[in-house]
Amino acid sequence: MTSALIGATTDVARPASPEGRRPRRARRTTPRNTLTPGAGLGLGVAMIWFSLLVLIPLSAVIAAAGSGGWSRYLSVLRNDQTWAAVQLTVGQSLLVTLVNIVIGTVIAWVLVRDQFWGKRLLDVIIDVPFALPTIVAGLVLLSLYGPNSPLGVHWAFTENAVALALAFVTLPFVVRTVQPVLEELEADVEEAAASLGASRATIVRRIILPSLAPAIAAGAALSFARAISEYGSLVLLSGNRPFETEVVSVRVLTFIENGNTESAAALASVMLFVALVVIVALDLVQRRVARRG
Amino acid sequence: MVDVSLPTKWLLRVIAVGYVFFLVAWPIGLIVQQTFASGLGNLSDALGDEQVVGALQLTLMVAFWAVVINLVFGVGISLLLVRFEFPGKRVLSALIDLPLSVSPVVVGLALLLVYNGRDGWIGPAAESRGFQIIFDSPGMVMATCFVALPLVIREVVPVLHEIGDDQEQAARSLGASTRQTFWRITLPSIKWAVVYGVVLSLARSLGEFGAVKIVSGNITGQTQTATLVVEAKYQNFQQSTAYATSFLLILVSVACLVVVAFLRPKRAH
Repeated sequence: MTSALIGATTDVARPASPEGRRPRRARRTTPRNTLTPGAGLGLGVAMIWFSLLVLIPLSAVIAAAGSGGWSRYLSVLRNDQTWAAVQLTVGQSLLVTLVNIVIGTVIAWVLVRDQFWGKRLLDVIIDVPFALPTIVAGLVLLSLYGPNSPLGVHWAFTENAVALALAFVTLPFVVRTVQPVLEELEADVEEAAASLGASRATIVRRIILPSLAPAIAAGAALSFARAISEYGSLVLLSGNRPFETEVVSVRVLTFIENGNTESAAALASVMLFVALVVIVALDLVQRRVARRG
Repeated sequence: MVDVSLPTKWLLRVIAVGYVFFLVAWPIGLIVQQTFASGLGNLSDALGDEQVVGALQLTLMVAFWAVVINLVFGVGISLLLVRFEFPGKRVLSALIDLPLSVSPVVVGLALLLVYNGRDGWIGPAAESRGFQIIFDSPGMVMATCFVALPLVIREVVPVLHEIGDDQEQAARSLGASTRQTFWRITLPSIKWAVVYGVVLSLARSLGEFGAVKIVSGNITGQTQTATLVVEAKYQNFQQSTAYATSFLLILVSVACLVVVAFLRPKRAH
């Protein structure tokens, strides 16, 4: 599932293998447009579908958001309930991202460097939150942290529930971006440092962590983006109480259900903007890594 | 490679396993346990419930079409992005990833704004020709396509890069047509990546909730998918049915994961 989770897909910043790079360089000398008539037709059909499905609808959100001008934006964001939702969402997302940075790196480390019985199982379980329907994720967490909890904790309908749901759905991101980088890390440098007298802590701090940093950053960005846009897992678990456990997505949905699509679009466009910022940031991080690698 | 000391090793191991156990493994175990608390009764009750069965059928239908559309579109776009040069390619390849970062609620809103029959951009024109999109299955298929759009492409593009186009050129220089080259050379070499992408898309499509909730209108017995039924049943205090339906969804998604886990080593070697 690794490559399904990490950043940009295509050829922008891929540290390509030698075989992969050769034909691409050769093509640089050919004209910018190498489409055959058949491929051109295919591209046309694909673009029509992509526009109908993604581009036109997302433009409609921007257009609906822009129809009221700045005053609409400000009045939507100044609404106390909305502002509380934004604060809660951003705050809990940052918290969860921080937890993921630490725990995700630890899990990746254990998966790569440690050997124990059941490691393969752990590796598969990491992906479960990605494949599990979000509404089921909420229900699942409710069974351990809800009213009938065998642990005796009752976190449902509190801020903790929001953090819990976000931590569940974002679990794979940091693990799956750090894991491959850790696997590729050369042992020579670490051994050289050790032979020159560096302690284990120094090696981790000065050699391992710096080389993992871009991957951790990429994973953190993905998990933050996922956290602020989360909806399904929160429906049953957080109770959606205004000012307490209501997140931005729920707020957007309430606007839609009340027929107030302009306000929904205004808030949605803010979320779109954040998503776009994350994508651009990821692209920049990956380009830097590619140049270095 | 530097070894960590034994206590540190155990500490890290306990943190990693403990976190995953409390966050994922135990809660899922509890749901399975609650589903079978009274034997197979819950499961057979759920499967005897018309609302659940109808929703499962609808989910399968929507997921099937979404996966088929994404498969054709995904393989096509991947070939175009890797094998051809055209103006705007960079922008397109960046935009392809966008659906993964967009909130499902925003996806639903976006489709609603364009395709609703009252004041949408395209909706009224389509509806006057007798083609309803929102609050009907076409809209649900579109929402599902949207959220699972990049998954096939993400798997196929790296593999296409890796295999290069030497073999394709050789085939073509020996007189193979474009179609023959695709079916005999390109497709067999990207086969596993395609299967992997399809399995991921299937898992994502079966589980979509937020976007489908908005565009389907959540009409009981008509446009309610399996995930929507879980919510409705749970809120109606029919929790055992909700658990049983969830169990089925968990079963499918874990099966998808296991398939992927088995495929991956094959691809690596």
